[in-house]
Parts: sequence; structure tokens; C-alpha cells
Amino acid sequence: MAIYLTAHSKVVVQGMTGSEGRKHTARMLAAGTNVVGGVNPRKAGQRVGFDGTEVPVFGSVKEAIDATGADVSVVFVPPPFVKDAVDEATDAGIGLAVVITEGVPVHDSVAFRARAAAAGTRIVGPNCPGLITPGESNAGIIPADITKPGRIGLVSKSGTLTYQLMYELRDIGFSTCVGIGGDPVIGTTHIDCLRAFEEDPDTDLIVMIGEIGGDAEERAAAFISGQGGIKANVTKPVVGYVAGFTAPEGKTMGHAGAIVSGSSGTARAKKEALEAAGVRVGETPSETARLAREVLG
Amino acid sequence: MDLFEYQARELFARHGVPVLDAAVVSDPESAQTAAELLGGRVVVKAQVKTGGRGKAGGVKLAAHPGEAVAAAQAILGMDIKGHTVGKVMLAQTADIAEEFYASYLLDRTNRTWLAMASAEGGMDIEEVAATKPEALARIPVDPVEGVTEAVARDIAAAAGLPPETAPALVALWEVFTAEDAVLVEVNPLVRTTDGRILAIDGKVTLDDNARGRHPQHDAYDVPGEGGDLESQARAKGLNYVKLDGSVGIIGNGAGLVMSTLDVVARNGADPANFLDIGGGASAQVMADGLGVILSDADVKSVFVNVFGGITACDAVANGIVQALDQVELTKPLVVRLDGNNAAAGREILDGAAHPLVTRLDTMDGAAARAAELALAGS
Repeated sequence: MAIYLTAHSKVVVQGMTGSEGRKHTARMLAAGTNVVGGVNPRKAGQRVGFDGTEVPVFGSVKEAIDATGADVSVVFVPPPFVKDAVDEATDAGIGLAVVITEGVPVHDSVAFRARAAAAGTRIVGPNCPGLITPGESNAGIIPADITKPGRIGLVSKSGTLTYQLMYELRDIGFSTCVGIGGDPVIGTTHIDCLRAFEEDPDTDLIVMIGEIGGDAEERAAAFISGQGGIKANVTKPVVGYVAGFTAPEGKTMGHAGAIVSGSSGTARAKKEALEAAGVRVGETPSETARLAREVLG
Repeated sequence: MDLFEYQARELFARHGVPVLDAAVVSDPESAQTAAELLGGRVVVKAQVKTGGRGKAGGVKLAAHPGEAVAAAQAILGMDIKGHTVGKVMLAQTADIAEEFYASYLLDRTNRTWLAMASAEGGMDIEEVAATKPEALARIPVDPVEGVTEAVARDIAAAAGLPPETAPALVALWEVFTAEDAVLVEVNPLVRTTDGRILAIDGKVTLDDNARGRHPQHDAYDVPGEGGDLESQARAKGLNYVKLDGSVGIIGNGAGLVMSTLDVVARNGADPANFLDIGGGASAQVMADGLGVILSDADVKSVFVNVFGGITACDAVANGIVQALDQVELTKPLVVRLDGNNAAAGREILDGAAHPLVTRLDTMDGAAARAAELALAGS
């Protein structure tokens, strides 16, 4: 049954008629995703052909929802238009908006995230590869053919490290892999995914990938152990990895959110917090995969 | 992008944050006229993007233009924590009665904006936060409402600032939102003996993701800053950060590249740089990246670590082979290629049989080899 995204999810693509949107819609369809429509007010009423599948274009997310019952939107529009696109999806009552676009101004992210949170819309991203429930549905740009369905749940700030771990553990397979994104402000956090995987009967082990910047990993560690509470919030085994031990202070390392500020946001602090919460943390991606194997026996 | 003090002052002035008149010069002679125009008595301040310049001798009071020239002479060219002073700002002086602190910044934890203010101005605020946390008020700012006059008065009251600071706090919020900043800070914000509220020193960090809607911010991007290699890389659109080690690193995806640096360091050699060439890993980008890395004299070996996901390994391998035709390889290169179509990609690389290229299957193994080659070459 996986988390957030299943075979029953009906997906619309905002920005489907652009080059990235078109390329990845084709890949999503090939991975079995139920793509029910695209959104582009200037091309409403048209149909776009993808290797035998005809996908209708709607004038707005609202129209797409009314016509198809869509419950997930994947957003591929360029950075200046992301805020309006996400606000539109939120106002139309979409359940999940997956924002792939990199380079969204943080003032926009803060605004659309607050609006979505108030309306009960879940955001994944921005600046993320999206999420995949292998064998069922793929909402975003994660390559669908590097792994298969299985019982590991994965949550990660980094796209390529997600792919790397999916590949290393491809014989075991994954329930759902969520790329939450590397921006300083994101919609869905490590904690959200940990909670969802804990409740998901199809997930036996959680792999959590973090990186320098902010305190999301430290808070995830506190959530796992139930710090201050009576019992742990996560009883399933968690294996972790943190990137950025060698990152210098004050330099942005590729992701807008990956920056050590003063003494906060270091990889060491994150690793130590996770280990204190009982998470086994690998020193390299490969060792992390080995730890996952060990835990699953 | 972090701004210099004089650039921050300019943005403050544009949005109505009260500041003193000032001028910026890059040679001592110009300080004469500048000081005269400012009324003679000025403070001369080194323009560097680091703290502690006062202690380093980078701030001097000048009673008359002659002294301003001498001060500029002394400060220009000075090295402050590795930053060479290229410009000094001359500013009018004020008789300070009280010093405060005020800032707006992103609260990543709560995913909203935060106002921080303190009656303990003029000090290192991280120190205040550590030693006297009760003296630093932290007030969340609603992103929709923003900082109105009423909100500003609440912030001032919570921090023990006089209510007369409220208009400056509103104007500072204007700077924050209108300029797409992720940090605006005034330290100190002062009340003068004659009752004026003034921003004496300030810091602004702009959101690089918002550059597109602020073309005027391009002027703040001083070329050559961060070193020649970083400028050269930026000009080619590369995501490059210069580091101090000897193993050049190229990878695809920010997380994977950070991880690559760590794994190299675990093998005993320090990474020379961070370079993320993104998902596509095209021949041109690879060639540009190699070009920048090989022009770094500290580099003794190069490690290319690519995971073929969206772009499969055979396409990546072709990109690497073509890049090696465009760039003269002067250092040993270790390649690790894994992911979709790994076998085909590896075959292409092996077929090219470049004498300086070693191909290894695993990231850990390849990192160890790259480190070994760098240590042998040093």
C-alpha cells in the first residue's frame, strides 16, 4: 500500500507541455503512473500523445480535478511561476503537490507552503526528484527502472543518493522512495515520512538520507526516539546516511539548503543525533546499504 | 549572496531604513574629497564579508580628511581573516546613546520568518544568544501579514527596544521582502544622544534563487571574489566550490558529490573542490569541469563519480570520452560509473583505453584509488 502515492493515484502534470514536463510525463506513463491530464491555460482542450497514450490538457487544476478526479499534481513549471502553480493546485483542493522545479525563491516557498499547510495540501519539494512507489506509480523524475517493489521505505534530501541506494538495494526493493528536496524550506520533511512509513504495513525498514544544513535530521532523531515522550514514535528499524562531513562553513554545496552556518547544520551533529536515537548510520552510501541488509537479515 | 556593508547600506537607504551619509573609495587619495563632502569627521571601515574587522584594525575614526586618507591608506590592502580589503567605506559619525540589535531571517525549523531583536546591540549576536539567551527576543513573523507598524511595536517591546525603533523595523522588513533577502541584520541599531534612530552597520544576504527578478542585484556580484577558479567556474555555469585539498572531484547531484568528498577524505586525502555537473553529465559540461579542476595547481588526481539515473551510463561514458578529446589530461583520472546500463558505459570507457584513466566499479574503491594517486603525486 505504500505511502502518499499508489496505483490508484490520479496524477496531473502542471507544465506537461514544456520540454522537461513532456519528457518526464512520458517516463511516468512508462512506469505505469495514471497520468490523467496536463494543465496549461493556453493549450486547454488539446491532447498530447505519448507513445500511444493520449493525455488531455486542461485550462486549470480545478478543471482537471473536476473532469478526472485527480488527487496528485506534479509541478514542472519554471521557478518564477512555481508559486502561482502551487497556489492554484492548493486552492483547487489537490491532496498532494510534488514540486520538482529547482531554483524557487525561498520567499515563494515560504508563502505557498504556508497556504498549502492551512488548506491541508501536502507538498513534496521543491527542488526534489519526487516520489515513486515501484511497480505502482511514479510522480516526478526518479528513474523507475533501477529498483523493484519491496519492503524498504526511503526518504532523502538528495536525488542521486536516492538513486544510488535504490540501486544498491535493488534486489530487496522498495515500498516508496520519497525525495523530499534540498531547499531550505520544503513541504514534506523526514519526520512526515518516518511517521508515514511507521504506519505503512508494507514497510519493514526505513532508510533515511540527510545532508548538511538546518536541523531536520536532529529533529527526526528526536522524533524517532520519542525524546521527552514515553515511547518511541518509530519502532521499525531505521538506517541512516548523512552527506557533507567535509563541507566548509558558510559555503552552499549545490543544494540551496546545504550550508553549514556557524556551528549549526554540521554532518557530525546530525550523525551523532541519529545514532543517539538508535539509528545505524553508514559512513558511505555502500556501507549504508550493507547495514540495511544486515538489519533485514 | 552576502553583501558588503556599503551594499547593504544602499538597500537600507532605498527602503527608508535610516542611515548616515557615506561614501566608498578604493584608493586612499579619494578619501580626501569623500571625507570633505561628509563634513570632515568620519569613520573609515574596511569592506570585507567577515566579522571581527574592528578587532583586526579595520575600523578607524578620522577627525579630519587628512586622517581619513591615512586611515584608508592603513586599511586598504589589509588582510582580515583571509579577506583582502579592496574598498573602504567612509561614514559620518554619530553620538551614540544606546545600541540595539535587529534582524529578520529564515527560520528553517519552523519554515517561516523570524524577527530577532535585542537591547544588547553592538556585540557579537551569536555570543549574546549563547551566553544570555533571554536578552535575544525571537518572534515568528507571519508570512502573509508581514511586519506592520503594530507588529514592529510588538517586536520592539519583546526585546526591550524603545517604540521609536518601530518605523525602522518596518522599513527593514521592506528590505527583506522587496529585495528577496534571506537575512537582513542591523547591528548596531542606535539611538543617538539627540534622539535619532540610525542603522550604523548592517548585513544582508540575498536569495540566489531570486536573482532573476532582481537584475539590479547583478551589480553586487563582484567579479573575482571567492578566487579565480570559482569565478571561472561560475562564468561557465558550473556549480563549483574551491576547497583546500589535492583530489579534484566531479559528480552528478549535490548529495552524491558531498558524499564523494567525504569518502575521499576518509581515505586520507583532502578534496580539492565540490563540483556538481547535474543529471545530464554532457560532454561539454564534463570538459568545462575538467578544465577548471585541472587548472587548480593543488590538484594531483581527479575523481569522476557518476551515477547513471535519468541519463544512463553509456551516454555518460560517451560524454567523458568526448570531454577527454577536448581537454588535455595532465593528472591521473579515476572514474566510477554505476547505475543504469553500467556494463555498456564501462565498456565504452575501457575501449577508449586512455593511459591516465583508471576505471573502478565501486565508489569506495575508486575514492581510495584517487586518494592514493593524489598522495603519491604530492
